[in-house]
Amino acid sequence: MNAVWILAWLTFQEARRRSMVLVALALGLLFLLIFGVGLTLITQSRATQNASPANILAGYNLLTLAGLYVVHFLAIMLAIVATVDAVSGEIGSHTVQTLVTRPVARWRIIVGKWIGYAAMLALYTSLLSVGILLESRLIVGYSPPNALMGVALIVLQVLVLVSLSLFCGVYFSTLTNGVILFMLYGLAFIGSWVEQIGTLLDSPAAAQVGIVSSLVLPVEALWRLAAYLMQPPLLNTINISPFSLGAVPSGAMVVYSGFFVITFLGLAVWAFAGRDL
Amino acid sequence: MANLAIETNKLRKEYGAKVAVADLTLAVPRGEIFGFLGPNGAGKSTCVKMLLGLVHPTAGSALVLGHPPGHIPTLAHIGFLPEHFRFHEWLTASEFLSLHGRLARMDTASCRTHIPEVLEMVGLTEHANRQLSGFSKGMLQRIGIAQALLHTPDLVFFDEPTSALDPFGRRLVRTILQQVKAQGATVFLNSHLLSEVEVTCDRVAFIKDGTVLHTLGLHELSQTQLHLVVRVDQVTPILLERLATLSSEWRFLENREDGTSMTETDGSHDEVGWPTRIELVTSEAQLPDIAHEIVAVGARLYEFTPQRPSLEQLFLDIVGREDSGQ
Repeated sequence: MNAVWILAWLTFQEARRRSMVLVALALGLLFLLIFGVGLTLITQSRATQNASPANILAGYNLLTLAGLYVVHFLAIMLAIVATVDAVSGEIGSHTVQTLVTRPVARWRIIVGKWIGYAAMLALYTSLLSVGILLESRLIVGYSPPNALMGVALIVLQVLVLVSLSLFCGVYFSTLTNGVILFMLYGLAFIGSWVEQIGTLLDSPAAAQVGIVSSLVLPVEALWRLAAYLMQPPLLNTINISPFSLGAVPSGAMVVYSGFFVITFLGLAVWAFAGRDL
Repeated sequence: MANLAIETNKLRKEYGAKVAVADLTLAVPRGEIFGFLGPNGAGKSTCVKMLLGLVHPTAGSALVLGHPPGHIPTLAHIGFLPEHFRFHEWLTASEFLSLHGRLARMDTASCRTHIPEVLEMVGLTEHANRQLSGFSKGMLQRIGIAQALLHTPDLVFFDEPTSALDPFGRRLVRTILQQVKAQGATVFLNSHLLSEVEVTCDRVAFIKDGTVLHTLGLHELSQTQLHLVVRVDQVTPILLERLATLSSEWRFLENREDGTSMTETDGSHDEVGWPTRIELVTSEAQLPDIAHEIVAVGARLYEFTPQRPSLEQLFLDIVGREDSGQ
């Protein structure tokens, strides 16, 4: 078997043996259960039954997007927590020494790990997202527009973080890598709000600050684009939902994110190849 | 040269201002067990890492099995037990070996054959299906040795292979080293345990401050020079004359610098008061002649003990007696 697939398999096996997969699936099911129960109760409430069809539609959209927002947030946290130790931990514990002295090019180790984590996290994020969408469909009969595109953008966030985490893990300790990733996410998050409010208050400079912060780590921008796509056009226009946006990231941000993923994966490969172990 | 497993020329490694290895110039013949000795902080592990391609040298060159360190196809013929042996402890012993077998490009059939063999070799057969997280440190070192030998390598690097082992484990490692050598493989042994190196290695290199100070063939050493202690009932001028012709140097043990001496009451002095215990510097080839001469001059022989200079003695003489404290 190609060493890349062996390393990808090893990554998945580690998550499984360390009960990460079991715990994540169990808690994910609990999350979907609570969302489903909540959705059912809200649907049966008197206020919902007396509301106008337009308000009901807006309410269902709000609930579905709230569920997906939590999935997006969990995906970011899981991507950071799961990968923060992937390279730095193996370097720090010297486990990597017996791997690198096998007839395996170093790039294969990084790419194998990337595939393992990316596939695992993408699958988990997709399962949770599809679970939310299915519950909305089955319980209240509502499907947001562009749902698949929205889920794909949430998954793209995960890939952005996996690439960045593996790169930082080559140079920094697990703790430092975690600090870097969480702080960059915080920066992207606050930058996103600065951009929104700056746009609403007609401050191009503030909007620029937000755009630059999105370029540093494009995860929040991808969520904003996903939320925009999954809202009915009317809601996007009248700005009554917390997911309505003052500024919508363009398609160029998606291209940039893809470029970000590939670039940081390449940098991780390059850095690992040159590092003394 | 094709008969060298390892050949380095002025290999150097700097970490910023710190020089970890100053000048590693070394030649390790194929098929030998090569001991690499030096005090803590001498740069031994850095040297091993450079030879394996784990650490990139600052200057100099090296050939390992005829190729530069880290050459991917060559790594298929190299085994390595790191000094800090930590493995994927959530795997079972069998799974761990299977993983390394596949990474070493072994096919499924070879893995199926070799894994039980190496598990038996290191005495872990009954623990094959246990997770490594439940292993003691000694067991982890044993499984580390197993993974280093799984693919029948031509060259094996052992960095402190007995550091976590009890006397049984150490004896086992000695046996394994001899087996590996018998199969024609070269062993590069980095160890602090001089007594073990002494009984297992063919050749040793002494390193200090990242520089090879001396390389020595241990078999040649035992052939060329040894100390012989003899005790007879009576020392006569003719005996001393004969012994002087067969040894480069001799002395009564009473006159040793370390102050050890025999007392008259223990019977170690003859009737005229000369000590009856003599130390000679001679060679292995002379031993039968010395014994013959002692008997030929009519003396009764009570002790005849050849003593080779210990590796520890040599280590201290070559590397120096100053403890760096590292």
